[in-house]
Amino acid sequence: MAKSIDVSDVNIYYGDFKAVEGVNMTIRARAVTAFIGPSGCGKSTFLRTLNRMHEVIPGARVEGKIAVSGQDLYDSAVDPVEVRRMVGMVFQRPNPFPTMSIYDNVLAGNRLNSRKLKRPDADDIVERSLRGANLWNEVKDRLNKPGMGLSGGQQQRLCIARAIAVEPQILLMDEPCSALDPISTAAIEDLIHDLKDRYTIVIVTHNMQQAARVSDDTGFFNLKAAGQPGHLVEFNPTKKMFTNPDNESTEAYISGRFG
Amino acid sequence: MSTTPQLEQAEPGEDLGSPGPRSSTSYGRGDRLFSGTALASGLTILVTLAAVFVFLLLKGFPGFSADPDVYGPSASNFWGYVGRLLFGTTLAAIIALVVAVPFSFALALFTSHYAPRRLAAPIAYVIDLLAAVPSVVFGLWGARTLAVTSQPVQRWLDAHLGFLPFFHGPVSATGRTILVAGIVLAIMCIPIITAISREVFKQTPRLHEEAALALGATRWEMVRYAVFPHSRSGMVAAVMLGLGRALGETMAVAMVMSSTPIVTLNLISSTNPATIASNIAANYKAEDNRIQTVLLATGLVLFLFTFLVNFAARYIAGRGERAQR
Repeated sequence: MAKSIDVSDVNIYYGDFKAVEGVNMTIRARAVTAFIGPSGCGKSTFLRTLNRMHEVIPGARVEGKIAVSGQDLYDSAVDPVEVRRMVGMVFQRPNPFPTMSIYDNVLAGNRLNSRKLKRPDADDIVERSLRGANLWNEVKDRLNKPGMGLSGGQQQRLCIARAIAVEPQILLMDEPCSALDPISTAAIEDLIHDLKDRYTIVIVTHNMQQAARVSDDTGFFNLKAAGQPGHLVEFNPTKKMFTNPDNESTEAYISGRFG
Repeated sequence: MSTTPQLEQAEPGEDLGSPGPRSSTSYGRGDRLFSGTALASGLTILVTLAAVFVFLLLKGFPGFSADPDVYGPSASNFWGYVGRLLFGTTLAAIIALVVAVPFSFALALFTSHYAPRRLAAPIAYVIDLLAAVPSVVFGLWGARTLAVTSQPVQRWLDAHLGFLPFFHGPVSATGRTILVAGIVLAIMCIPIITAISREVFKQTPRLHEEAALALGATRWEMVRYAVFPHSRSGMVAAVMLGLGRALGETMAVAMVMSSTPIVTLNLISSTNPATIASNIAANYKAEDNRIQTVLLATGLVLFLFTFLVNFAARYIAGRGERAQR
């Protein structure tokens, strides 16, 4: 189910502004890949190109090739809607649908395209996804209550449940813990650890300890100078990045000497 | 207020925790000024509404028991008379909303979520301009142009859908029917409904739109998952304001059709049910004072009817939101 991603020579634009240039990397299947770097270096922008969410912004476009199991996501024959069904995403701020119950939130993706679900199947998906997101025990007695009534950390796990309910091949997480307290953060990190057996996970984080804790590979993005496009400085196994990086600026950033 | 003297007693050199208290008093003045003006504006609206109500009640009350021969042979008592007018008013408003609401929501959605920005801005601008056209102009256009050009359509409706009570015929020779009046009303409602619902649609949080898109929603699915739930109460408000215009419009309706206080569902015949507002516009010049009183009484009924419809719609719109809490 999980798939690897090959990225070659990707440039990303907002209108005429080049935000990220020349990214090359291979994201391994069934592993956690973290992107770190200072604010504005384009790591979130790059993450959003992996499920074609970048182009939702008017004027935004992508050059280069991003291939999942050999299929280029940006091929003209590829429907972005299909890409997003295959590549799930969790956002920085929890965003359950406010008018839907917990139950309906989990099934939101499954119900798209008017796919009809039988009640027992739907119950199965809800329980499996909520268990997968470590939320089942907390909400099983109030599945029909609105998702907005949960705490921030629970809402974020609900969003993860919603993302995995459609069984994507890849799961993208854009700073999923930055709006959460340390306890909820620990819950999500444990969850990431459990999920990597089944999914290819890519996570953007501002927290270097988090990258060190959860990821197998790490990519460091940086800006050459203010106003210049961001680029990938170094991409290596996390252990190597945090002990013996190839690049001096990576070491400087990780050890807290800048950024 | 009580803190001010204490501040003045302090010596100039004395440390007050410096700008803190001072700036808070100046904020306090601004806040008081603002809350005062806001309260005054709110009260003005209420007082105006109450004044209108009291005026209608005092002047129109005798009309409730007016002699039947004042308002003609169509009804034998006032409630029968006003009931027929209310029927006409509701019928015209329903035609207007049935035409205007889907059209307006589609147009609003097109300009807020579908059209490229270069196209959306001019379209939105033109629609807003439509709201500035005086109703007399719409009335003239309805009576002189739409009534004439829509005659073949009305004949077609009679010929092919004549089994429905709405199109039973015989078709009016002039084309000036309540159907045409309703369409003219619809065109007058469209700018209001469109402008408000467009603004509400636009304010859908990006976070919710992206939540839907990231799950693999098409644009329409995104609208259903994120935009409509967020906009529901705003959409109701938009329809209510449009309905207000449809219920209260006088000139356009009076100019398009000649009408009598009757109850009929036939939309294309030459005998048309009158609306309260157009009936007032058509008859207020009568010399008989008693007719004026009766008209004021019908105005009071319209006022209360509009109120009731608004309350009902608010209640329905609020029910879903209250249930969530």
